[in-house]
Amino acid sequence: MTGTIATRLLTSLLVVIGSSMLVFVIMFVLPGDPVLQMLDGNATTPEAIEQMRQQLGLDQPFYVQFMQYFLQLLQGDFGASRIDSTPVLPKILAHVPATLALTAVSAAVSVLVGTILGVLSAIHRNGIIDLTARFVGLFGISMPTFWTGILLLLLFSIHLGLFPIAGSDGWKTLVLPGITLGLVGAGFIVRMVRNTMLEVISEPFIVTLRSKGLTERVVMYKHALRNALIPALTMMGVMVGELLSGTVVVETVFARQGIGRILADAIMSKDMPVVQGVVFFTAIIYVLVNLLVDVSYSFVDPRIRRSQ
Amino acid sequence: MKETTITKPLGTTVHLHRYRLRRLEPSQFFLFGAGLVVLFLTICAIAPQWVAPYAPTMIDPTNLLQPPSASHLFGTDYFGRDVFTLVVYGSRDSLLIGLASVVVGGVLGGVLGAISGYVGGLVDLIIMRFIEVLMTIPGILLALAIAAALGPSTLNIILAIASGTIPRYARVMRSSILTVKHRSYVLASRSIGSSEFRIFWRHVLPNSTAPFLVMATIGIGTSILTGSGLSFLGLGVIKEIPDWGTVLSQGRGYLTVAWWVCTFPGLAIALFVLSVNVIGDRIRDVLDPKKSNGSFTGGS
Repeated sequence: MTGTIATRLLTSLLVVIGSSMLVFVIMFVLPGDPVLQMLDGNATTPEAIEQMRQQLGLDQPFYVQFMQYFLQLLQGDFGASRIDSTPVLPKILAHVPATLALTAVSAAVSVLVGTILGVLSAIHRNGIIDLTARFVGLFGISMPTFWTGILLLLLFSIHLGLFPIAGSDGWKTLVLPGITLGLVGAGFIVRMVRNTMLEVISEPFIVTLRSKGLTERVVMYKHALRNALIPALTMMGVMVGELLSGTVVVETVFARQGIGRILADAIMSKDMPVVQGVVFFTAIIYVLVNLLVDVSYSFVDPRIRRSQ
Repeated sequence: MKETTITKPLGTTVHLHRYRLRRLEPSQFFLFGAGLVVLFLTICAIAPQWVAPYAPTMIDPTNLLQPPSASHLFGTDYFGRDVFTLVVYGSRDSLLIGLASVVVGGVLGGVLGAISGYVGGLVDLIIMRFIEVLMTIPGILLALAIAAALGPSTLNIILAIASGTIPRYARVMRSSILTVKHRSYVLASRSIGSSEFRIFWRHVLPNSTAPFLVMATIGIGTSILTGSGLSFLGLGVIKEIPDWGTVLSQGRGYLTVAWWVCTFPGLAIALFVLSVNVIGDRIRDVLDPKKSNGSFTGGS
């Protein structure tokens, strides 16, 4: 078990390196000259442009640029924004808490609402809880976040004045964005949990357990639920990525100062150091969460533990 | 628990039949409604001029930001364009983007996940690390970076959205194959000397597709959502006839004075995605052999 985790940690490190490499490649092949973009149309001599290119090391071949970037990264140097020359790391660190708070709140909403509703709806099939759960599931996955966000803003902020319209200070600014993003996740999880739960309930081992005389509570929550959790767990790992991407849109709607916002801005202005910094951060968060998911597989399903 | 009867042994066919008929009634109602919505919006996408009362490019400076009325069902936007007309014309790109990116992403992701889960070992390790690398990059960034690298066009938006969906198809496929490949019927098939291909094709794959199909179902909707999200952020294809996300994004600035400009395009997206999902759910029930065999457990 410890060996497995160690291996996964090592490969996770490779994944983080790989993703920073992939982003570097993507940004490298993107059309548009970063130097010209930095000058923003200001007239200057070709010599000055060439000098700037040399200063930034952009005249070097791809692998030299990458090695340089990577070595700096290992020393904790994320470089400086090409637009306003501020160092990237403090910029990201200043914006990370807002995004993490939003992701955490919406993940909590998703997992709590999703799992509880999903399990209950499978057990009380076709009942009122089941109908509610299917409703939440369908609406959660069907509503565009920017639309739900805007509707919530219209109702609760503009008409009722209960929550602030914009900003990222205080818990009140978290409620509407958290619900907006959390509903999406809850929708996905409800459907997944309900489906797998129903599938598991129909398997012969459940009949066996019942015929052994176990109570329904034990059959459902100890045996059926554990077997239904594997696809649901995978889903939750994927969800974190979705939530992190979702923050880009939700942060725009609610004008929150998170890393999603600076990422969208940085992509538009081809501010490579900022893009790479943000991606590196999200990659680390993402890999850590999925590492947890993979390890928890083994706890839920002994078959996977044994096959390792 | 009251519902212990759901796993009654087969053979009680009379009950089974009655149960299924009763079960279908409400869902058929929703299915019918969803079918109508999809049919209507498909007609809109194919021949918007049949449905829309005005031209999508018609600008009317005397009718800026008018609330919904008889002549302008959904009101008008800041340019005096009829919002209903914009919604009708905006359906074309959404439909195309949604369907096409699921096909591209689903095929690529499904194949990768199936190989990874079934073959295992080093192949699994390499594929999954590649998938994880792909996953760690936020979908919007990946879509945008690819769209930007290839140049903004509908085809490139499709490719961009599809590449962001590969990981989720791959992972769901892999995880269900992992749980199936150790089942006893697989062992039984192997012990009578079936080839690996036969075991995979006839036993493992058919029993692993249900979660994948659910993902692909949801995928049509999510692709439309991602596409309109990109447009909302101002990163989509810029066209004379805007899509739903762009209309909504343009209306955001007038939210306090003209709620209708944001509300109706969003409603169109939500209704369409909802309908596609309802139909997709039904397709899943029909496609899944375990459910069409008369099991009571089909998720309706």
